[in-house]
Amino acid sequence: MSSELFFQPVTDLAAQLAAKKISSVELMQAVLARTKAVDAKVQAFNSFDEADALAQARASDARRAAGQASGPLDGIPVGIKDVISVAGQPLTASSKMLANFVSPYDATVTRKLKDAGAICWGRLNLDEFAMGSSTENSAFKTTSNPWDLTRVPGGSSGGSAAALAAGEAIASLGSDTGGSIRQPAALCGVVGLKPTYGLVSRYGLIAFASSLDQIGPFGRTVEDAAVLLGAIAGHDANDSTSFKAEIPDYRAELAKRKGPWKLGIAKEYFAEGIDPEVNAAVQAAIAYYKKLGCEIREISLPHTKYAVGVYYIIATAECSSNLARYDGIRYGHRSKDATDALDIYFKSRAEGFGAEVKRRIILGTYVLSSGYYDAYYLRAQKVRTLIRRDFLNAYQEVDAILTPTSPTPAFKKGEKAADPLAMYLSDIYTIGVNLAGLPGISLPCGFSKSGLPIGLQIIGQPFKEADLLAIARAYEQGHDWHTKHPTL
Amino acid sequence: MSQPTDLNLDHVANLARLALTPEEKARFATQIGDVLVYIAQLNEVDVSGVEPTAHAFPLFNVWADDVPQAGLPVELALKNAPAQRDNMIAVPKVVE
Repeated sequence: MSSELFFQPVTDLAAQLAAKKISSVELMQAVLARTKAVDAKVQAFNSFDEADALAQARASDARRAAGQASGPLDGIPVGIKDVISVAGQPLTASSKMLANFVSPYDATVTRKLKDAGAICWGRLNLDEFAMGSSTENSAFKTTSNPWDLTRVPGGSSGGSAAALAAGEAIASLGSDTGGSIRQPAALCGVVGLKPTYGLVSRYGLIAFASSLDQIGPFGRTVEDAAVLLGAIAGHDANDSTSFKAEIPDYRAELAKRKGPWKLGIAKEYFAEGIDPEVNAAVQAAIAYYKKLGCEIREISLPHTKYAVGVYYIIATAECSSNLARYDGIRYGHRSKDATDALDIYFKSRAEGFGAEVKRRIILGTYVLSSGYYDAYYLRAQKVRTLIRRDFLNAYQEVDAILTPTSPTPAFKKGEKAADPLAMYLSDIYTIGVNLAGLPGISLPCGFSKSGLPIGLQIIGQPFKEADLLAIARAYEQGHDWHTKHPTL
Repeated sequence: MSQPTDLNLDHVANLARLALTPEEKARFATQIGDVLVYIAQLNEVDVSGVEPTAHAFPLFNVWADDVPQAGLPVELALKNAPAQRDNMIAVPKVVE
């Protein structure tokens, strides 16, 4: 690992903090200096509150001096996607609709991070309302991929991935509805985990698609992701969709679970459209698992080709409902040109929302509307059952499934922005995982010849994140992709 | 299933309370039309006897105890209101 503080993993920094080799203030100052040095190029942050971050760092040092440090995350700057509520901080969803909104309360994950002593650091850029795969849909700025500034970091959690890759955060939180943690993790060369649906509370997450959304961690290493997950997972009375699952000590379990495992390769995921370098890197990873003694089995997920279609009916339907609250009345943008109460809705929403958000609201409204509901929404829900069944059937045979995370490495800015459908298809490997509610992780498995990161996705069984992390760690231990950093 | 050209953008935009410009209508009609053509392949799937899935791992009857809790204080609740007066959100006249 690099000698610069801002490139070291949580686990190393926690040891240094505990040994009093560094203070949290020093660490936060290093992250601040790095951010000021490179964010003009990367544009990962919508905003950050320097005074607040340093105050949190001082509080951490005070706890530690009193012998009351909360654990490995105490004093660690964790970047927060600007869609997760932190009391007193902006909450914009990278949208003009919420440009001036300030959170009145903490999200549950925020409260849990604060209880763990972590520094909630900055507001990270995203595709507006988490809708997109490149962060180009942000109403405020386009984030650049730190490995090649002419390329996208992926999305929608592009800021969360880019900030981590660039050393502007030690870890970060994102949200994932169709791949929005895993795909940017792959494109930026970091680890990103989407938990099982219901493992992490959605209270305080701006809702996009309520049956698909999950908050999850980005980290430099699998172990860091395990530490973060342990801090944020758990049942929450404020989220009636959260499960009363038993939360193991994910980090401790990593050391105990060594496999070997039965790993599935779904033939439908390798059929067409994959960049040859991505395919080569993933095939090499599969060969590595075989060398470790894992059994590799070909499986079939026959309804894979329908996943993107199902998603763009269900997710848009749910978002059309969730975004109805942005009406210019209680909060958010209110048009100055509105003539009456009804006109406030039409004009505030027209002015506040960007094009992709409007497209998805329209599509979602259409598929739920009278005369079309059965043909679109109800049918999509049935195909969703079949997609979920495909995975659960596969898990009769295998412990986890290996796939590429993204069909290509990071693409150029503007390349897919004009063609929404092309953009949607870049989520082809991640989307089924949300529909089925399964956990999925992306970890670095190589670089293209032009130096762009490539990600391996591992899809796990419901509520078996401990196994998923162990399988990922087994690969990571034999490789050093995660020790590479972009030059900025 | 209905043809993609069945999309009545004016009607749907009205339902969604979105005022679209003529340029947006033209652009969205094409882009959403393309997506609907892609989605039409779902018609191939045999869904007879298949139950719809609203949630991957559904929960039922998640009850909370009927115990009063403090909600957001008024000042916090109104912090982001575009206009306010007397602890209320001010809006244009709704009823004539």
